Amino acid sequence: METLQNIAPMLATAAYIVASLLFILSLAGLSKHESAKGGIIYGVSGMALALAATSLLTVTKGWNDPTAQLGLIFIIVGLVIGATIGLWRARVVEMTGMPELIALLHSFVGVAAVLIGWNGALYHPDTPENLMGVHRAEVFIGVFIGAVTFTGSIVAYLKLSAKISSKPLMLPGKNLLNIGALVGFVALTVWYVLTPELGLLIAVTILALALGWHLVASIGGGDMPVVVSMLNSYSGWAAAAAGFLLSNDLLIVTGALVGSSGAYLSYIMCKAMNRSFISVIAGGFGIVAPTSGEEEEGEYRETDAASVAELLRNATSVVITPGYGMAVAQAQYPVADLAARLKEKGVTVRFGIHPVAGRLPGHMNVLLAEAKVPYDIVDEMDEINDDFASTSVVLVIGANDTVNPAAAEDPSSPIAGMPVLKVWEAENVIVFKRSMASGYAGVQNPLFFRDNAAMLFGDAKQRVEDILRAL
Amino acid sequence: MMRIGVTKEQAGETRVSATPTTVKAIIALGYKVVVESGAGELSTFPDSAYAEAGAEIGTKKKAWSSPVVLKVAAPTEKEISQLADNAIIVSLLTPSLRPDLLESLATRGITALALDAVPRISRAQSMDVLSSMANIAGYRAVIEAAHEFGRFFTGQVTAAGKVPPAKVLVAGAGVAGLAAIGAASSLGSIVRATDPRPEVADQVKSIGGTYLAVEVAEKMESSDGYAKATSADYDKRAAEIYSEQAADVDIIITTALIPGRPAPKLITAADVASMKSGSVIVDMAAAQGGNVDGSVAGQKVVTSNGVTIIGYTDLPGRLPAQASQLFGTNLVNLLKLVTPEKNGVLTLDFEDIVQRSVTVVKDGSITWPPPPVQVSAAPVAAKVEAPVAAEKKTMSAGRRGGLFALGIIALYLIVAFAPPPLPQHFLVLTLSVVIGFYVIGKVHHALHTPLMSVTNAISGIIVVGALLQLNSPNLVVQILAGIATTLASINIFGGFAVTRRMLKMFSKGGK
Repeated sequence: METLQNIAPMLATAAYIVASLLFILSLAGLSKHESAKGGIIYGVSGMALALAATSLLTVTKGWNDPTAQLGLIFIIVGLVIGATIGLWRARVVEMTGMPELIALLHSFVGVAAVLIGWNGALYHPDTPENLMGVHRAEVFIGVFIGAVTFTGSIVAYLKLSAKISSKPLMLPGKNLLNIGALVGFVALTVWYVLTPELGLLIAVTILALALGWHLVASIGGGDMPVVVSMLNSYSGWAAAAAGFLLSNDLLIVTGALVGSSGAYLSYIMCKAMNRSFISVIAGGFGIVAPTSGEEEEGEYRETDAASVAELLRNATSVVITPGYGMAVAQAQYPVADLAARLKEKGVTVRFGIHPVAGRLPGHMNVLLAEAKVPYDIVDEMDEINDDFASTSVVLVIGANDTVNPAAAEDPSSPIAGMPVLKVWEAENVIVFKRSMASGYAGVQNPLFFRDNAAMLFGDAKQRVEDILRAL
Repeated sequence: MMRIGVTKEQAGETRVSATPTTVKAIIALGYKVVVESGAGELSTFPDSAYAEAGAEIGTKKKAWSSPVVLKVAAPTEKEISQLADNAIIVSLLTPSLRPDLLESLATRGITALALDAVPRISRAQSMDVLSSMANIAGYRAVIEAAHEFGRFFTGQVTAAGKVPPAKVLVAGAGVAGLAAIGAASSLGSIVRATDPRPEVADQVKSIGGTYLAVEVAEKMESSDGYAKATSADYDKRAAEIYSEQAADVDIIITTALIPGRPAPKLITAADVASMKSGSVIVDMAAAQGGNVDGSVAGQKVVTSNGVTIIGYTDLPGRLPAQASQLFGTNLVNLLKLVTPEKNGVLTLDFEDIVQRSVTVVKDGSITWPPPPVQVSAAPVAAKVEAPVAAEKKTMSAGRRGGLFALGIIALYLIVAFAPPPLPQHFLVLTLSVVIGFYVIGKVHHALHTPLMSVTNAISGIIVVGALLQLNSPNLVVQILAGIATTLASINIFGGFAVTRRMLKMFSKGGK
């Protein structure tokens, strides 16, 4: 035991370096379909290595200390309970419920970061006196980021699972509130560094919890893909802050990796939606100018499943552009069936995916993959946008703002400048929709009133099944 | 259910306000239609065709006494006296130039809708008579010019020798100008066009013309969709261009009009004198005073040097069947707007800017001019925002540089003065941030969700922190760390498992 106790820190350091490398390889692997599965293996092995090395370190250190024994039992208990719940949730989650699950998981990292921060404040045996100030600041930063991540993710989860309204919360002077919270945080940190009192720690925790809640509550449901990715980034920074607190390089490396990659991912998505990245981080970027009075209205044409089937039978090329509506209706299976059937008949079928379709980046790709749509006929917006003009039929399934011609043509529109799928250039556009309500941006869609567009009302899944029968 | 009277126009007006096709559409809106006998004769629509479409053929009196009267040209005093009290009349009225007409309509308690007062917004485009007539006029101007021009438009190489293509200059690239450019270039000629609004360059190009830019330090902003008067500098340079072009081209078609003002003089007498004999000028603005020195409204004149100047003012009317069809369709679209219930009752809604704008007299009181409408939001918004945005960008480029330098300095200072082990931590942090950016940079879009869930799982690494605190002798710390361990491991196991599940589903076609 003695020797093990001596070499455990060395083993841990080595394991941390290897684990860091494995995590980097894991993220790199995930950027391509071919290497994605390898990426997971890297990630899992890195995590296993890190867990094993850390457990060994903790156990050897606390082995002869009777007061630490309860803690040692917690290693096993915590891991087992966590693993059971985690694996169970992962197995039963519907692919359409993926955004909620990921948001909820982020909140756990947030809580963990808060708890670790608190522990750092309550118990810090190895901190030399000259570093106490730094240590206290680290505690505060860790608790702050963790708490913001926690409540932010909880609100995102509640919004995504429709447990609360997805409308943006509009408090008066919301930007001042956010800035005030930040200033308050800095002031409290300085105060705590000078006089470490428990009350200040409680105050900063509450402040950060409130800030996290407010940040995400003021963002509308339609912008959730960016929010989830942003929270992912925050959870990374929370881990990095914990790394500073505990002087642990593995936490810093991994946290920074997750933090920066999440931030970059949000940035890509903001660009895709033509929104300012800063205003996302600052919260409440879902605010749009009220719709202008001059709204394009007109008459829309309604069609039925039989005539859509007829249209598809005579088509040479078909593009399907799914949106959140497909996820809600769980229509991915019949849609995949439809694509397969048309392909058998010699019709070219492709899918056009807008970068922010759905409630999670890449949401549609996951759903289509679940329904066994081969990924090489699933195209991104940029790949497919020039081809709409030569397409016979476009099926818009539960998408609205992402196919809104107003974004491209009407500079006064609140979504002006957002890149959209140019479905209206196709010969025929069939829009599957539950009603004539506007999309998440609250903008009327002139596409519905175009001459080449026809509406097919009702539940997307049932309508697609009707078409399948008629084919 | 209201009766609509379609009246016969005065001599000289070949168009008619409704065709058999549009009569059907009007009846579909719930109205009854009376067509004055012989109303469509000049547009080659016989009475029988109207009757077939469901209209009643009636006398002049019957048509004029209808509660709603449709007309092309503005009514004369005599015609106004034939109107029933409180009747509604829909026609061209040129309200800005004819206050007297509005007066006399108002005294009779009449409601008048001016088809030439439709605001230029995209929604109202289907009712914009000025556009549809200008389109026809532009086409006809080319046809008239071709008729007078003694040569081919297109260049040809024949056994009898080579024929150069005709060169056409179109002044003003509005609706009429663009139609003229299109018609002239499809006949095979070389077409050049001028316009004070530089943004029309692309439109000119798209239909086969070459845009001649007037290069001065001034830009024209048009917020209402019409051209405005230009500055002195601009005019000077433009005049030079016209002089250069006049000596070179064979045909000039001028379409320059500024609403509510006499037409600008573009082609001077000297320019006309410099043209080749046999050249043709069509002055489409002749009715408003003309763009060309020497043009006479409604006439064709030939100058001493053999240049034909056409000043016809009835160009749309020279294509009567076509013009009536488009005019009638515009009218039906307006009727659709004011008959929302499709019950044959004309109701005006002054909340609607289109209806507000076209109504120049309401129940005997003059409602012209309407409150200004910010119409074509397109150019305004773009124009106003563009410079601001550009400024912001340059500022943020500078600011970005400044922020970057500031960040580097801050990092340097922190690392230089921070006690160990902080500098090492910062090194690790910055390198990892950079790696994170690069690793994620090329990620395939479809893999965003799996990537996010795997990073989510990896961020569960925070469990390491919790584990390290578990051996503390403090019970509270142990319990908190225990909770943290549990939550973080949910994250780890859940995240990896769900990622695996997702990736399993991605498969390539043909497998």
